[in-house]
Amino acid sequence: MSSTVDNSAMTITKASPLTANRLWLLIFIVALAAMPLMLPGYWIFFAGLLGINIIATHGLNIMMGYTGLLSLGHAAFVGVGAYTVAILQGRYGMPFWVTIPTAGILATVIGIAFGLPSLRIRGLYLVIATLAAQFILHFVFVNWESVTNGDVGLSVAPAVVFGIALNDETSIYYLILFFVVVSTIFARNVIHSRVGRAFIAIRERDLTAQVIGVEIVWYKLLAFGLGSFYAGIAGALLAYFNRFVNPEQFGLLLSVFFLSAVIVGGMGSILGAILGAAFVTLLPEFLRETSLLIGSSLGFDLATILTPLRETIFGLIMVAFLILEPRGLAQLWTRTRRKLLRERA
Amino acid sequence: MSPMQLFIEYSIVGIAAGGIYALIALGIIVIFKASHTFNFAMGEMMMLSAYFFYAATVTFTLGPVVGMIVAMVGSILVALVIERVAIRPMLGRPFIAIVMVTFGIGSIIRGVVGMVWGPNEMNIPAILSRSPVMLGDIFVPGKTARAFAIAVVIVVGLIAYLRFSRAGVALRAAAESAVTAYSMGINVRNVVAFSWIIAAITGCISGVLMANVNTLTPHLGMIALNVLSVVILGGMASIGGVLVAGFIIGWLEAITGLFLPSEFREITPYVLVLIILLVKPTGLFGGKEVERI
Repeated sequence: MSSTVDNSAMTITKASPLTANRLWLLIFIVALAAMPLMLPGYWIFFAGLLGINIIATHGLNIMMGYTGLLSLGHAAFVGVGAYTVAILQGRYGMPFWVTIPTAGILATVIGIAFGLPSLRIRGLYLVIATLAAQFILHFVFVNWESVTNGDVGLSVAPAVVFGIALNDETSIYYLILFFVVVSTIFARNVIHSRVGRAFIAIRERDLTAQVIGVEIVWYKLLAFGLGSFYAGIAGALLAYFNRFVNPEQFGLLLSVFFLSAVIVGGMGSILGAILGAAFVTLLPEFLRETSLLIGSSLGFDLATILTPLRETIFGLIMVAFLILEPRGLAQLWTRTRRKLLRERA
Repeated sequence: MSPMQLFIEYSIVGIAAGGIYALIALGIIVIFKASHTFNFAMGEMMMLSAYFFYAATVTFTLGPVVGMIVAMVGSILVALVIERVAIRPMLGRPFIAIVMVTFGIGSIIRGVVGMVWGPNEMNIPAILSRSPVMLGDIFVPGKTARAFAIAVVIVVGLIAYLRFSRAGVALRAAAESAVTAYSMGINVRNVVAFSWIIAAITGCISGVLMANVNTLTPHLGMIALNVLSVVILGGMASIGGVLVAGFIIGWLEAITGLFLPSEFREITPYVLVLIILLVKPTGLFGGKEVERI
């Protein structure tokens, strides 16, 4: 029985003062910026999608990984962000620097409205409240037809940044990259601040945290609001990315998708959120390619079972990581790196 | 038909649906009591049993009685495997981690069923008679009425069993304090496995009943998410509360369909959950499970 409690495991990685690390980070960001020059558009499309998923996963990771607040409604808050953009831009012609922050703020307000009653109670109640948020918001997307245009959805004009319309995958990629970098740095800084330590204290032992002077309800609210804000920003970018918003995109399945991203990457790790988002973004594509390949070589069509296959595999990796490697890919990465360093020394 | 009659008819259909809700909720609560595990895979366990029934009766053309036995045995085996392989290794881990495991299991079952049986609607052989039941001059659809009767008999039977049997006492002792129960000689592991068997039984019966009243699809299990409101309204760990809560939720859902456009029915349970959380998070019959901070 592996009864190791997750808690002790999830410590904060020390902020690295090493300039070498910073240099590598800089090189990495420059490489990301130069990527569209080297790779075909198909891959840039995936890079853009990955960026959006990273932002949303950061949000869920702050709530779930750092503060211990499980949300099953993350997709719906992403949807709130996306619809905010589609409506503000489509109806009122507002520019992206108004719509994107508004999307974040609106997602925060709605998230807190749903979370408030149950944030005061321990345990399962928040999970159920967020599940309720998922279904109720989805219902609103479908049925508030005068605003959301129902199942048909809304189309979104390209964002215009400094007079340039971001109407292909490369140009929108740069906008997404900017937000990924900012949101990653911001998440890292929050976690390394007083606020982040309060989040972790609540996750570890809420009563102890209260006793040493952490206002639990306030910080839970902050974590929940911050997570929803990230979801709203991710949704806003998704609207500009797909140039189209409809309710189908924001179902319970997408919430499960973000949940598995956090679990696979490693709860309570910034690097984990990035790795997890990459894993779950690329996995469906990998599954599609391999099943098409196997299908064509065996002479039958595997495309029909693709959706259930994806559901099965997502479930399996979630359960497997939770049981076998609760600290996720981030931990695997640290361990491998340590081993390599030791061998070199 | 007079509006009053319409109201009564809707109410009866709603309360009848509530009987099955109570059955599903009972499966969730028994596991919660035994091990503080909230089983989000309940709906999928229920849906899978209905597919077992389908396979036995349609694919292998066995009779409905043998089909029911096959479904029951299959359902119990699956529940025991889940408990042994996925839940027991999570002992002592944070609450939300275990919730996520059950969520993942639900996803696996949904996917596997989708791969084996496909996404289309299927019909299982009718085990419930269609002929309507008349209460005075009020018309109750036959399948709904009979499903209700079966569900209520089983719920009441199980509640009585859990109240008076040794197993039920062990379950309540484990719910009170697993450590104390263990030191008093109760095998808490067996109690947990027992709770999963009970959940498999209620899941199997409710699954076959649901598939009879509606049709069978891999999304049949989504109904269990509506049942969360029953669990919350009854009070998380109140076995006796489920029946009353099930009736109330079923009734309110039907009444919503009467006064508002029918699409509102699907979110009624969730709106109710939020209201309950706001007004009385302990539910009607719950108590100490709610810890305010």
